[in-house]
Amino acid sequence: MKVARKQRLILITLMVLGASVATAFALKSFNENLMYFFSTTDVVAGKAPKDALFRLGGMVVKGTVERPDKGMMVRFKLTDYSKDVTVEYTGILPDLFREGQGIVAHGKLNDQGVFIAEEVLAKHDENYMPPEVKASLKQKVQ
Amino acid sequence: MFLVPDAVVRFFHRMASPPHFYAFTERLMPWLVVIFALLLGAGLYGGLYLAPADYQQGDSYRIIYIHVPSAWMSLFIYTLMAVAGGIALVWRIKLAEVVLVSSAPIGASFTFIALVTGSLWGKPMWGTWWVWDARLTSELILLFLYLGVIGLYNAMDDKRVASKAVAILALVGVVNIPIIHYSVEWWNTLHQGPTVTKMDKPSIHVSMLIPLLLMALAFKVYYVIALMQRARVELLLRERNSQWVKNKIAMEVKL
Repeated sequence: MKVARKQRLILITLMVLGASVATAFALKSFNENLMYFFSTTDVVAGKAPKDALFRLGGMVVKGTVERPDKGMMVRFKLTDYSKDVTVEYTGILPDLFREGQGIVAHGKLNDQGVFIAEEVLAKHDENYMPPEVKASLKQKVQ
Repeated sequence: MFLVPDAVVRFFHRMASPPHFYAFTERLMPWLVVIFALLLGAGLYGGLYLAPADYQQGDSYRIIYIHVPSAWMSLFIYTLMAVAGGIALVWRIKLAEVVLVSSAPIGASFTFIALVTGSLWGKPMWGTWWVWDARLTSELILLFLYLGVIGLYNAMDDKRVASKAVAILALVGVVNIPIIHYSVEWWNTLHQGPTVTKMDKPSIHVSMLIPLLLMALAFKVYYVIALMQRARVELLLRERNSQWVKNKIAMEVKL
């Protein structure tokens, strides 16, 4: 390889490396802001902002979805399999909302530590399969 | 050159010469179109008709057959542009510059399709058209990088200088590619984790996976077709004063 080419190759490699390192540092320092939602453990540990809107993500605990006053208000528990947070939401839930499903809620905590959601988004998982396969998987588990 | 057979080296040397590339792609084109049509037909038939509905999303998940291949192409084309940019800067090969600038509009289109189909998919499933999570935001930045490459190239009159500037932009922007891919693992996002491109076996049923891979191949072949067409036009424009283009025009006029 000619000397000039070699120098250009080294220069370009250094440039890409430099850009990568700079980006890595920038992302590291903004890590908190890049998280789309807080986990339930964060909220129980008091890491989530007080009196401000934030997003809370987790799995809907099976058997906790209830409508206490038979109206539009839904109450359920969210979990990350370590700590639970109770969520209250008034409004229409997305199609994929169901027990055991991951969701992201936008809202804030009240004084009792209940999360009052203004918006609920369903988070779907990365699994795709026909209904029959799902049914047979369920049988195997039982 | 060691480790690489002589025939391969000779093939690449010849391909780097514009007149040879022009003639070669002309002969290749009909074959590529046939392969593309077959793959696209098989992929669409498999995806929209043969594949079963999803256990949770029903038939709505079928947009995956456009969304995922487009998103893969948006990453693939940008990576290829960065490699071409590196080759153009180090070895000053004209054809690498042409590949770089001709790929940008195709990549931008795939990125746009991935964003739009993702939005259409997000509304019924997640309950929203758009969120500023790490995956969606980094993919949007990719679209801006593509548009930046197109804009920068067209803003400069000297195309060799413009190619150098664009090559540097493509190389710096390539940092974004691993960020897009790993965004769903590094941060909490609304977008779910990878289905196919992960270490253990894909979490998609094989009857749904095969049409997806066929569509991905079809999109790859489409990219090659579109790239060759754009590259041929770009070569004619750049080499309009050279003898081989003049001969070509003279031949066309005679016919």
